[in-house]
Amino acid sequence: MIKQWLGSPLARRVGTTTALAVLLMVMTGPSGSTSQPTAGFVQSFSERSSFFGLFVTQRWLVWAALALIVSALIRVAKWLKSDYAEMVAIPGRLARSAQAPFQTKKPVRFGTYGVLMIVAILLPVFVTDGFWQQSLVEQVAIFVLLALGLNVVVGFAGLLDLGFVAFYAIGAYATAWVTGALPAAAPFGVHLDPFWAIPIAIAIAMASGVLLGIPTLRLRGDYLAIVTLGFGEIVTIFLNNEYGITGGSTGSHQVPHFTFHVGPIKYAWGLGPVPYYYLTLGFVVLFLIIFSRLEHSRVGRSWTAIREDEVAAESIGINPLKYKVMAFAIGAASAGFAGVMTAAQTNFLSPQTFLLSFSINILVLVIFGGMGSIIGVVCGALLVQVVSTWMDHYTPFGFQSQDLYMYLGAILVAMMIFRPAGLIPARRRKREIAMSEAGEGHMDEMLTGDTP
Amino acid sequence: MASIFGFFVTHFGILRKEFWPLLVGGLSNGFIYAMVAIGYTMVYGVLRLINFAHSEIFMSGGFASFFLMRALIGSSAPGGVASVLLVIGGVLGGGLAGAFMAMVLERVAYRPLRRRHAPALAYLISAIGASYFMFNLAGKEFGRYNTSMAQPFVNHTIFTLFGAPVQMLSMIIALVGTVMLITLDRVVGSTKLGRSVRAVAQDAETASLMGVNIDRTIVIVFVLGGFMGGAAGFLYGLGFGINYTMGFTPALKAFTAAVLGGIGNLRGAAIGGLLLGVVESFSIAFVNGAYLDVVVFGLLIAVLLFRPTGILGERLGRSA
Repeated sequence: MIKQWLGSPLARRVGTTTALAVLLMVMTGPSGSTSQPTAGFVQSFSERSSFFGLFVTQRWLVWAALALIVSALIRVAKWLKSDYAEMVAIPGRLARSAQAPFQTKKPVRFGTYGVLMIVAILLPVFVTDGFWQQSLVEQVAIFVLLALGLNVVVGFAGLLDLGFVAFYAIGAYATAWVTGALPAAAPFGVHLDPFWAIPIAIAIAMASGVLLGIPTLRLRGDYLAIVTLGFGEIVTIFLNNEYGITGGSTGSHQVPHFTFHVGPIKYAWGLGPVPYYYLTLGFVVLFLIIFSRLEHSRVGRSWTAIREDEVAAESIGINPLKYKVMAFAIGAASAGFAGVMTAAQTNFLSPQTFLLSFSINILVLVIFGGMGSIIGVVCGALLVQVVSTWMDHYTPFGFQSQDLYMYLGAILVAMMIFRPAGLIPARRRKREIAMSEAGEGHMDEMLTGDTP
Repeated sequence: MASIFGFFVTHFGILRKEFWPLLVGGLSNGFIYAMVAIGYTMVYGVLRLINFAHSEIFMSGGFASFFLMRALIGSSAPGGVASVLLVIGGVLGGGLAGAFMAMVLERVAYRPLRRRHAPALAYLISAIGASYFMFNLAGKEFGRYNTSMAQPFVNHTIFTLFGAPVQMLSMIIALVGTVMLITLDRVVGSTKLGRSVRAVAQDAETASLMGVNIDRTIVIVFVLGGFMGGAAGFLYGLGFGINYTMGFTPALKAFTAAVLGGIGNLRGAAIGGLLLGVVESFSIAFVNGAYLDVVVFGLLIAVLLFRPTGILGERLGRSA
């Protein structure tokens, strides 16, 4: 009797919900310490906590109430959905457009882009808070740039690059080098404007991407992930220890701001975040245009072919190594570019910012938004970065900034389990994943042990 | 030219003078790498995937044994039989914690993907996410400082090997490592359980037709690897202390060791681990200590480029 009940779907659901609620309670609960290792766990359940100001009781009761409400809501939503589907036969046209919300008519599409653009341009007018203006540049716009770059590598070419931060660091340090902010002498002793650093940093980042890529991109995907991770670590160790060249662990805090000086037009970017916001926004738009053109170009189609079936792609004359290196170099270049922006905007460089966790952060943006989907990546980056900045600043429910990566890690696992193609999936990717799950195609074959 | 020559003369001089101490230290670390590398190699052999979150299994073994040791040991290190029992207890505690975490990891982060036949990229991303989740949760719950472990024995020099002092800790690491590695080799090589592991590694589909329960076998693989990893976490913690990020670097080195020996090959992982420990130790004579990790990563890249199958080649499926 009990055994039968334990095997039932209801018991399963109750068990999963309880496990999930307990996990979330511990995640959002107070921290412990080495001397009191159980304090965090115990207080996660027993601490007094208020239920939206309605009543104050122990935490576990609050969470149990929440879990009940949420599961009830889900049940109602499911019931409504099935009922609705039975009652109203959705016309085929509507169903199709619901499946492909971004495959709309051209005027509509460009209209949407126009509205989004105006919103983006007017944003600093509405957001007057200094902290948020600063965050819009440092935490959002730059991260959108980086996510767009990583999307080329992970999303378009299907290569997992965990050393992305290395190229970002290379870009930032190249800026410092060219502008004379490093202990290493600037090239030819000329201190250039950061604008001149853009091509130089991109070239250096791209070259290092190619140099790392040519030998390693022959490897299987998972080896590539580890090798790039190792590369990121090597770069960080180098930055941390070569005091004579990179300034070591103190880094540099003398990178100048951008200045624009052509003929009679003179403009200098300063400490204010708004001009930097517009500069970054301009580059984001540029990147968006380049990358969305790239996606459907010959190169982009070659990436898709390699990603879906490398052997077949090779047999129709696509050189996989060449295109993989190309993706790697483009990703590296955009990371290097973002490095220039950061270095010039913050005036400050420290090896402490160029850690593996930074690469993971960018990876989360791409995965959350949807690999290969440009609009998805942008939305994912906006959402994750705004929420994480908000949590960092206002520290709701005792959030600590060190806990951020716990949440990001959980997002990665949850996305892979529940929605592998991301928030706004690229249609092609979605199809590939569906095909791979149906056992068709040859995307990175792997043993899938399933008892028949 | 002369300066390069001079560099090598000086540094080989250091190496010759310090050969035995460096060898002892390197082997002692090497056993730990070997034990962790086993976990990578077994999972790779069966699932063809790099278990990125293995570093966190190592860490959880370290934490579990740390709390166990603190609960059992008073203010001073005991001696005699108590020490022996404590070390065995620590190995078991760390190992069981590691095995348990490996089981949970397989259940939560891998099995849903396996059920769905997800592409390889999904496993990697899920594993990275799990790794970040686990070590940051550990940092949140157990504090983010390095803490030294209560010592179950007095770590004195027990004998000298050609003038190199060999300490109790190194001896214990070598002993535990040897016993566990040989036991695992025998378990996989000549028990029914090991035969199912090898069968699945060789050809999963056929194995399942022959009545091997693949899901169970995969859990066994994770448990065995997790036990070795967790026990290694205990041994590492004895020497270097416990920290929520303690898994990262040793696990990356252990992965290098697994690749060096031929990933998917049990004896290869053991040999690779010892070799890597010694190489790392010897490179102290040549480079600044901060660059030791660079040497290891460089070695990893070199092996992957020039001999991706490692010293012994991939072969968990063939008779081990």
